Amino acid sequence: MKIKNDFPILKRKMNGKNLVYLDSAATSMKPSVVINALKEFYENYNANVQRGIYQLSQEATEKHEEARSKIAKFIGAKEKEIIFTRNATESMNLLMQAFALHKLKKDDEIVSSVMEHHSNILPWQFWAKISGGKLNFVDIKNDGVLKMSDYSKIVNKNTKLITVTHVSNVLGTINDVKEISKIAHDKGIAIHVDGAQSVPHMPIDVKKLGIDFLSVSGHKMLGPTGIGFLYASEEMQENMEPFMYGGEMNKEVNLKDAKWNDSPWKWEAGTPAIAEAIALGAAIDYLNKIGMKNVRKHEEEIVKYALKKLGEIEGLKLFGPHDVIIKGAVFSFLLDKIHSHDIAQVLDKEGIAVRSGRMCAEPLLKRLGVSNVARASFYMYNDKDDVDKLAQGLNKIRGVFKLE
Amino acid sequence: MYTEIILEHYKNPANFGSLPNATVESYDENPICGDKIKMQLKVNQNKIRDVRFDGDGCAICIAAASMLTSHIKGMKLSDVKKLSKKDVFKLLGIELTPIRIKCALLSLKVLKMALVSYLSEKRNTDWNSL
Repeated sequence: MKIKNDFPILKRKMNGKNLVYLDSAATSMKPSVVINALKEFYENYNANVQRGIYQLSQEATEKHEEARSKIAKFIGAKEKEIIFTRNATESMNLLMQAFALHKLKKDDEIVSSVMEHHSNILPWQFWAKISGGKLNFVDIKNDGVLKMSDYSKIVNKNTKLITVTHVSNVLGTINDVKEISKIAHDKGIAIHVDGAQSVPHMPIDVKKLGIDFLSVSGHKMLGPTGIGFLYASEEMQENMEPFMYGGEMNKEVNLKDAKWNDSPWKWEAGTPAIAEAIALGAAIDYLNKIGMKNVRKHEEEIVKYALKKLGEIEGLKLFGPHDVIIKGAVFSFLLDKIHSHDIAQVLDKEGIAVRSGRMCAEPLLKRLGVSNVARASFYMYNDKDDVDKLAQGLNKIRGVFKLE
Repeated sequence: MYTEIILEHYKNPANFGSLPNATVESYDENPICGDKIKMQLKVNQNKIRDVRFDGDGCAICIAAASMLTSHIKGMKLSDVKKLSKKDVFKLLGIELTPIRIKCALLSLKVLKMALVSYLSEKRNTDWNSL
C-alpha cells in the first residue's frame, strides 16, 4: 500500500471502481519523483546539452550525463557504453543499422527465437533482405521455454549474432541468458539481449551475464515515454558505425567530409530527450531505493499467488511456464472460447486494465496455435489484492457469457 | 455492451458456414486483434439471394456479421451499396468504444469488398458479351 501511494494515477477511479492496472508489460505507471523531475527540468534548467558555454546549458548537460551515469551503474556498465535512444525498439534498430548492416555480410547469419517481440524480429528481417544474409530461429518447447538444444543445431560458423529476449512479453519466461551468452562467446559470436521486460523487474549486471548488447525502454521502468537506451560494450563499439548524422555526433565538419564524435555521442545525433533522460535517472534512484532484489522478490510472491489463483478458474488456459523461478509476472491466458477483447472489455467495467490481442508477437502466437490472448502483467505497485480482483473479474466473465 | 441479443448472435450466429456456388466472396482481417471474416454472396438479378460468413473474432465482430448478413438477405445491390457504419451500429444497438468500432465494422468492410469485386467482374463480363 505504501508503494501505491507514490503513484498518483493509482488513485484514479475507473467506472466508479479503484483502478487495477495490470498492463505494466506495455508501460509502467510513474511515481511522483519522476513526474516532478520533468517539471523541475523545464522550470529550472531547461537548455540544450553539449552546446552552450553559459551556465544553464552546463547544468542541463551535467544532469543529462548524470542520468547516463546512473543507468550505467544500474546495469553494471561504463558510462560510454550507454547510448540514449527513444525505447528498446529504437535500440534494436540502432544495433541493426550501426552494427549488422555495416559489419555483417552476405553469408553471415543471425539467430533469433520464435518467442520474440516484433521489434526483435523485424529489424533482422530487414537486415537479411538488404544484406542477403540469413535469419534463423530457435523454437520453444510446449511449456513455453526456449529449446536450448536448438542452438547447437542452428548456430554455425557463419553465425555472427545471437539475439534473444531476456523475459518474454507473452509467456513471462525468463531465459537463461548467461548460458546463451556462453554458447555465443565460445564460438566468437556477439549476443544481444532484449531487456525491455527484465531490466525493470530484476537485478541485471551486463558483465555477469556476459552480454554484448542490451536494449531497454525507460517507460517500462517507471520512467517517461520517449527515452530508452542501448548498452553496447566498449569492445563491440569498435564494430559500429554512426547510423544517424547531424548535430552533436561530430567533431569536425567540412563540406565533403567529417570526423565523428567520441562514444557514446557518436550515436546520439540531434537534440536528445533531455528532460526524459533526467527523469529516467530519477526513476532509477527510486528503483535503487526500493532495491531490485526486493522488486523481484515481491513479484515472485505475486507469480506464486497468481499461478494458484488463476489455476483455480474453470476453463482458463494459461500460457508459459508455471515455475516461479523462470517466470516473470506476466500472465497470458484465454478463457474457454471467449475472445480476448471480450475478456478485456468486461474486466474494464470492473476497473481492471489488461491487454488483449496479438501482443506484438504474432509468430509466437501462431506457434502457440492461437490468434489472440489476454495478458495481465504486474509490477512493484501491484499486490495480491489485485490478483484477487482479477480472479473475481474472470469469474464474472463466465457469468456474462453464460458458461455455467 | 454484452446485451442478450449480442450474446445470442455470438453464440449462435446466423448464416455461419459456407455457401456452395457462391457468386462472389471476399475476406479481410483486423491486424490489431486478429479478427477474421470471410463472406460469400449469391447474387441474382441485382439482389442478394443468399449469404454466408465464416471467421474468428470477438463477440462484437461475430454478432455484427450475424446481424448484417441477416439484414442484407434479399436486399437490392443498390441498397447494399448505401449501407453505412450507422446501419451496423443501429443493428447492434449498443454504445461502442473507439477501439471496438473496428470489430463491429469488419463485416461491413468485407461485404463492401465483395460488392466491389462483383460489380467490377460483372462490368467486365458485360463488356465482353457486347
